[in-house]
Amino acid sequence: MTDDLTSLTIQEASRLLRLGSISSADLVTAHVERIERVDPQVKAYLRLTQQLWEKQADDADRKIRRGDAEPLAGIPIAIKDVLCVRGVETTAGSQILRGFKPPYTGTAVARLFEAGAVMLGVTNCDEFAMGSSTENSGYFPTHNPWDLDRVPGGSSGGSAAAVAAGEAIIALGTDTGGSIRQPAALCGVVGMKPTYGRVSRYGLIAFASSLDQIGPFARSVDDAALTLSLMAGYDPLDSTSSDRAAMEVLNNYGAGVKGMRLGVPREYYDVQGIEAGVKAAIDAALFILQKQGAEIVDVSLPHTDYGLAAYYIIAPAECSSNLARFDGVRYGLSEVDAPNITEEYSRTRRKGFGTEVRRRVMLGTYALSSGYYDAYYLKAQKVRTLIKRDFDAAFEKCDAIVSATSPTVAFPIGSKTQDPLSMYLCDVLTLGGNLAGLPGISVPCGTSNGLPVGLQVLGPQWGENVVFRVARAYEEASEMKAEVATPVPSPHRGEG
Amino acid sequence: MLARIGLEPGDEDFYAGQLSGILEHIDRLQQLDTEDIPPTAQVVEIASRLREDEPRPCLSQEEALANAPAAVDGFFRVPSIQEET
Repeated sequence: MTDDLTSLTIQEASRLLRLGSISSADLVTAHVERIERVDPQVKAYLRLTQQLWEKQADDADRKIRRGDAEPLAGIPIAIKDVLCVRGVETTAGSQILRGFKPPYTGTAVARLFEAGAVMLGVTNCDEFAMGSSTENSGYFPTHNPWDLDRVPGGSSGGSAAAVAAGEAIIALGTDTGGSIRQPAALCGVVGMKPTYGRVSRYGLIAFASSLDQIGPFARSVDDAALTLSLMAGYDPLDSTSSDRAAMEVLNNYGAGVKGMRLGVPREYYDVQGIEAGVKAAIDAALFILQKQGAEIVDVSLPHTDYGLAAYYIIAPAECSSNLARFDGVRYGLSEVDAPNITEEYSRTRRKGFGTEVRRRVMLGTYALSSGYYDAYYLKAQKVRTLIKRDFDAAFEKCDAIVSATSPTVAFPIGSKTQDPLSMYLCDVLTLGGNLAGLPGISVPCGTSNGLPVGLQVLGPQWGENVVFRVARAYEEASEMKAEVATPVPSPHRGEG
Repeated sequence: MLARIGLEPGDEDFYAGQLSGILEHIDRLQQLDTEDIPPTAQVVEIASRLREDEPRPCLSQEEALANAPAAVDGFFRVPSIQEET
């Protein structure tokens, strides 16, 4: 019985709650039991937040009984470990922040709490959201619920795995180069990255401030759209947040794709390293969209080959600046026995940061240092302009861009950790959307060798409704609903 | 040095190899002529906003210090910036 309650969408759960068939407390209990059963294998959660869920479920049940329930009343949510929640240990997946309890709650989370969501816990991620597999967590790796020997993707791998394994109905992640869309694809759930500025970043532990956005994971496009609409909109505490109306993300998104022009960038379609099974799933998806009345048009993003290089200057440069605040004074780990201040900083940061974070801070400080600034950072920012212009030109010919989200399905744990460049290539189809500030979604589009494949839809800036419209039309026509995985050990499959 | 991250034995070789591989990939940017291309620092056009400079509620001293590794008399303890002579 209780498993029936851990595979619901928001719509389905809300209906049962409002009918009085179940209470929010029942829904929470079912999820907690599910977590106790599957999370020892999946390891999606870093910490559970019992005090919070008890209070929030109680509040939700009272409001539902009174008949003034908010849109997410009683809905269990998991929150990535980079989003501050007052009084709840938040560590960005890093040992340097072990024990840190934020004195405030970030805006996106606060808005979802106001909308009635019930927080179950904090989900694992790559340290400071730097990674594509959740193996860079300073605590432990998360496992893919579809095959426990494989990664869930990253950096928001815990959030994706939690939704995929029936451990939460929705989850929040952050996406700097693909960190929502790629794990959504690898775990077979819906993951959405909004336009830069759509959601306030207040209370998000910053990685790369010109690229970071907060977005939802869900089991349906409707759920992702609803969740986004509830956390979007201007926030005086984030000067880069837009004052555009939050509800515009839902405009006309159920209208179907008939007459829409969907661009397939040839550089994405034939991207280096794309697996045959992934390509076949994308071809099948394009066929379905075409049958629904969309026109498939050939477009080009000629600077795609330079995107990764530009990204791996800009993101580390911004991260090296953002992470300068971890000095062992105001919060976090502190190595105080050093002979002088420089040594104190160096020891604290060597001990507190993991391998990948140290690598990126070094790369970033190098790219920003005088003498190299023009050759690296300025050059990358100019290439960013070229990449944005590529998208501008493509959107003259089409309404939305469709491609695979990731060139591969989930890969075995440990298979890319020794070669950072091979890990970075996981994001080759997603990071362009961050460099250009675009909204993008990944929706389940079948499997390859038994593992989920994701279809990515990118829209022009502020075109979330267009992205949802294409994704929803595909979801409906393909009947490709995100399913809940039963976590099992690897079924000895061949490499696909 | 700029990164303020200490190196332990073996770190130098480990990172030197990996970082040179990454920098080699990054060097492909030099193939592009960007002479007349303006840089993009902020990708979405959002006008800067000003607000009234008025006092607002903020964290109490106690809350602000709650996460500090070391506090002294209501202040953060910071390392001395001058060597003892």
